[in-house]
Amino acid sequence: MILKKLKLPAISFAMALFVCGLLIAFSDPKVLALRGNPLEMIGKGFSTAGSAYWALFRGSIYDPLLAEGNFWGGFYPFSETLVTASPLILTGLSVALAFRAGLFNIGAQGQFIAGAIGASWVGFAFEMPIFIHAITAMATAVLFAGLFGGFVGFLKARTGAHEVIVTIMLNYVAAYFLLWLLSTTAFLRPGRQDPLAPEVRQSARLPHFLGSEFRANLGFFIALLAAAAVWWLLNRSTWGFRFRAVGANASASRTAGISVARVTTSVMFIAGALAGLGGAVQVLGSEFAMTSGIGGSFGFDAITVALLGRATPVGTVFAALLFGALRAGGLTMQASTGTPLDLVLVIQALVVLFIAAPALIKGIFRLKNVESGETLASKGWNG
Amino acid sequence: MSLELRGITKRFGALTANDSIDLAVADGEIHAILGENGAGKSTLMNIVYGLLSPDEGDISVDGKVVRIDSPLDALAVGIGMVHQHFMLIPVFTVAENIVLGHEKTKGPGILDLESARKEILRVSAEYNFDIDPDALIEDLPVGLQQRVEIIRALIYDAKVLILDEPTAVLTPQETDELLKNMKKLKEKGTSIVFITHKLREVKEAADKITIIRRGKVVGTASPSASQEELASLMVGRPVSLDVDKKAPQLGDVILGVKNLSISDHTGRTLVKNVSFELHAGEVLAVAGVQGNGQTELAEAIVGLQEHVTGSVYLDGKDLTKESVRDALHAGIAFVPESREEDGLISSFSIEENLILDLHDLPPYAKGPVISQRVVQDEANKRIAEFDIRTQSSRDPVSSLSGGNKQKVVLARELSRPVRLVVASQPTRGLDVGSIEFVHQRIITERNSGRAILLFSTELDEVIALADRIAVMYRGEFIAIVPASTSRSDLGLLMAGVKP
Repeated sequence: MILKKLKLPAISFAMALFVCGLLIAFSDPKVLALRGNPLEMIGKGFSTAGSAYWALFRGSIYDPLLAEGNFWGGFYPFSETLVTASPLILTGLSVALAFRAGLFNIGAQGQFIAGAIGASWVGFAFEMPIFIHAITAMATAVLFAGLFGGFVGFLKARTGAHEVIVTIMLNYVAAYFLLWLLSTTAFLRPGRQDPLAPEVRQSARLPHFLGSEFRANLGFFIALLAAAAVWWLLNRSTWGFRFRAVGANASASRTAGISVARVTTSVMFIAGALAGLGGAVQVLGSEFAMTSGIGGSFGFDAITVALLGRATPVGTVFAALLFGALRAGGLTMQASTGTPLDLVLVIQALVVLFIAAPALIKGIFRLKNVESGETLASKGWNG
Repeated sequence: MSLELRGITKRFGALTANDSIDLAVADGEIHAILGENGAGKSTLMNIVYGLLSPDEGDISVDGKVVRIDSPLDALAVGIGMVHQHFMLIPVFTVAENIVLGHEKTKGPGILDLESARKEILRVSAEYNFDIDPDALIEDLPVGLQQRVEIIRALIYDAKVLILDEPTAVLTPQETDELLKNMKKLKEKGTSIVFITHKLREVKEAADKITIIRRGKVVGTASPSASQEELASLMVGRPVSLDVDKKAPQLGDVILGVKNLSISDHTGRTLVKNVSFELHAGEVLAVAGVQGNGQTELAEAIVGLQEHVTGSVYLDGKDLTKESVRDALHAGIAFVPESREEDGLISSFSIEENLILDLHDLPPYAKGPVISQRVVQDEANKRIAEFDIRTQSSRDPVSSLSGGNKQKVVLARELSRPVRLVVASQPTRGLDVGSIEFVHQRIITERNSGRAILLFSTELDEVIALADRIAVMYRGEFIAIVPASTSRSDLGLLMAGVKP
């Protein structure tokens, strides 16, 4: 059962690596220079792609170069993977949860920023005891982002405004609000002109759990805990039952007496809260100081992560880890082999492409009865 | 023209929809194909019409084997088909619809409708069809739209006409007209394949009957066979078509509807000023042709319609402003018209579908947690009580047959304390066995003192179950008449003719 579910993502990932390997090899000038000699060219191509992927591995999982004299030190890249994956897990859960209730949350980016603002503000502007400070900061992030997301649900329930349009627009609102905020005296770090907030206090930071030389922090466990909570919510609670019911068939849910409006609003609140927690983890766990670029592309990658994880909490965690690893490893790949970081984005895009078009994989490998993400990927706008 | 099928087999995965079917339609014959929903009638006809290709077997016309890969091929050898759901464009005229796909031109890009109009007038006059080639389809009643489909087939020289469940959307009068026209077509030499599950029509019109069950031909019969014999062949066991019911024991008024009007979001009136009372122990059947406001009226009673004026009382309590949930919990069981869309969540398991309404109340939920064990135990009780045929309560409801799906809906709706049952087309698309079950259950509920509001477009069903009959026409209750009213009087009312 599990193997069957993993088949499609695994093959998609392998295919993406293969196609991208071709791209790496045949965009390399040294490989192209051997055009006259096909055998040597193929050999060179293999070694070029191989060394790029080896660098990718070294940048994301384990680096023997860093391990000299200190075996554990070689895991530094893995810690980086966890740091990148943690916010992605949370934003991915946000999109996945909304999707299960039939809502397409494109707004994780804006909600992430709303959370980051809340966490950063509480983190630098107040003095509190250790732990309590971090918890308060996260709670504020959850509240800000929850309201920001819940507002979308409220609008949809009340006026029928499509959540896709509203969330896209609110992403702009959040991004430019942040930019403005960073120009005010309340948020701009004293003595600075560029948009940069003060660092959050030590008491608000999430503790490292692999020792101080690794950046991996409690944020990863918070993300795992959130995944477990979302799983419980969806599969065991009365709320989740309603969420899934409305997502699967809103009209039958309404006929059975479920209030679709209430579900829409509460799902969007929780989805917003999850993305906002992602923003808090990013600020309190690894960035400490908020910049105008704090959001990165966590909210947008979340859509891909949720899709790859097939909108299940467990799937989302693994998809986010994969993306985190690609992100972390891509930097090393670029630095040590000169392969552009953009190719990592190509791998990501290809994985999703193959997942979204399972017929392609099925056709190539003549598979039957592969569990596919087809419905998920093609549902989209009016799903 | 004669049509012969030999050994037609069609499989969809593990399902054999048609299992080496032989069928011979003689020249100038009305050949009825009788079978339950899902027996494989439509698959067979779609093969003949070139919409599906058979895995085995061949088709011959006038003794010559032909290959039919598309509807165009079918038309070329003289086979025409009128689908259950008409393939017409509502905003086009009759003539435009008929030339669609076969447009003739006079000069480049200039449509020649004139010749088509002449043809339509000629065919229409020949069969007394009374069709105006310039009328818009959307302005025509359903019966006339069907004639347009028939004319289209005739104009393209169909010698064998396949009619797929042609009476499903017609009033009794329109049905009679159609049966008459079928005989007229036959006299002029057109063979007709008549697909249906309605026994009365078969007996009236057919020359020969082939009965299909589970993809196989199980027998042929002549129209002189009794309805019971035909039904038993169709189902594969003896069936009783009559519903046993005692005289009603009327109790207090349960449901009161006063001056209820419903409009859609554009302001168009769908239901106009409907008032009636319904007593405990009584079945009020609302008859009428599909689309005369029945769906909306049923939904409005449980609060599913938005633009409603007037009021609905249950046990004297005003429900008009209450939510759907409150209406259901006040004692209404609601069986919606569309099982798939409104009754069930097909990706959910049977047990989840059984608790859609009560999932957050004890014993199913303790606080915010759904108790999986209670849900499963209760589901197994319902499965036993309602004889739902399934391997496990955890199977997806989509794996069930139509009849068993409807049993899931009934099991859910009747497991609350119920005062009133509102059932919209509760047997639509069900097999005879399940229809029997649903009918008996409705009568059991009535006998135990519940009020039943039944919406049905099947006159047989209305007559079998009703204690009183309300006829709905263009959103109004045109009359409420006793159950003893004759079929023809009901037919006139359904067509909007006031007595």
